[in-house]
Amino acid sequence: MADKDFTVLDLLDLDLKGHNSLNLHCLTGRRGLVREITIPDLNRPGLALSGFYESFAYQRVQLFGLGEVAYLNKLHAENNDSAIRQLFSYRIPCCIFTHHLQPTEQFTKIAEESGCPVLQTELESTEFSSRLLRVFSNIFAPKQTLHGVLVEVYGVGIILLGDSGVGKSETALELIERGHRLVADDIVEIRCVNGNTILGQGANKIISHHMEIRGLGIINIAQLYGVGAIREQKEVQLVVKLEEWDANKVYDRLGTKQNTIEFLGVKVPALEIPVRPGRNVPIIIETAAMNERLKSMGYHSARDFNQNVLKWIESGEAQAAYYGSDDIY
Amino acid sequence: MAEKILTVRNRAGIHARPAALIAQTANKFASEVLIQKGETTINAKSIMGVITMAAGYNTTLIVKAAGSDEEAAVNAIYSLFENKFEED
Repeated sequence: MADKDFTVLDLLDLDLKGHNSLNLHCLTGRRGLVREITIPDLNRPGLALSGFYESFAYQRVQLFGLGEVAYLNKLHAENNDSAIRQLFSYRIPCCIFTHHLQPTEQFTKIAEESGCPVLQTELESTEFSSRLLRVFSNIFAPKQTLHGVLVEVYGVGIILLGDSGVGKSETALELIERGHRLVADDIVEIRCVNGNTILGQGANKIISHHMEIRGLGIINIAQLYGVGAIREQKEVQLVVKLEEWDANKVYDRLGTKQNTIEFLGVKVPALEIPVRPGRNVPIIIETAAMNERLKSMGYHSARDFNQNVLKWIESGEAQAAYYGSDDIY
Repeated sequence: MAEKILTVRNRAGIHARPAALIAQTANKFASEVLIQKGETTINAKSIMGVITMAAGYNTTLIVKAAGSDEEAAVNAIYSLFENKFEED
């Protein structure tokens, strides 16, 4: 959930582009724009308008399509406003009219009185519902802030984690220099979408794509390396933990077992990479990214290597048995 | 775990220079130092993190530290805020 409550005004203010745009504008009830949307879902109020209020989901956004508006027009013609008054006796977050449909005068008047905002969009009901639900699932997704750098390397979203001063930003800078992309430095906001994907982005549009490099200060990556070196958001597909080389610690030498870290209930593959002067960490990360892509294509270097070794041993033993000799070469 | 409530007392709020001061001060301590604003918590050792809070005049924050020198770290950050980051 967002840090603060999500209001109808926030919904209107969302800066969405192209096929995500909701094309909403407010028709009436402006003072109600502060109403909160607590449930990320919508409701078609047809049953309620016809007088059936059992299990009426009034906390949801109410969507008025062709059917509802035809019914409102019928009520208007009959000069009957009791159904509308009853509807607005509930605290509805907002009403949205699709298809560029206009609410009737009596509807507008009662909405205004009850302080319920009425919005309009030119999209069709089906298209609008699917867009709105998509927006809601993004906004109401569980969120967390991480201290690290999110970069895209060969198309793989990698988050670099580690203590202050271990060289996360310097590593990211070298990766950018090598043609990869920065998503966010220092503060990475992650959220879980669809229950299985972790998306990461900068916490703030104004300062994302800036980096702090010790000795240099704050630099603007978009200006220095061009727009090709940055990205707005990226799925987190791999976690790389950088840490000071610890002589007593055993680091993975084979790569046959897959370690994971859990973020917001989703397991993400994780690597621990020890940092030591002279170790070229960016190249290791590039290799890790390519290896991760190979794995997703079904080729697992370490596992396949081991299978080949096993096969070779087996065939060697078979030969030895056949030839009755100790020397299999 | 040591913690203290902070108030931003300089007019300009926490912009780049105070943020750098906070991060530098926090980096002197071995403890993990966190600053909380509302529901978001950031690492005080990161300049960008501190700037991201966008803490304006009179904002209330909470500084938390955990580690061997937690008390000293919290007090050092507190005195920075009380001295208005040597501004004004």
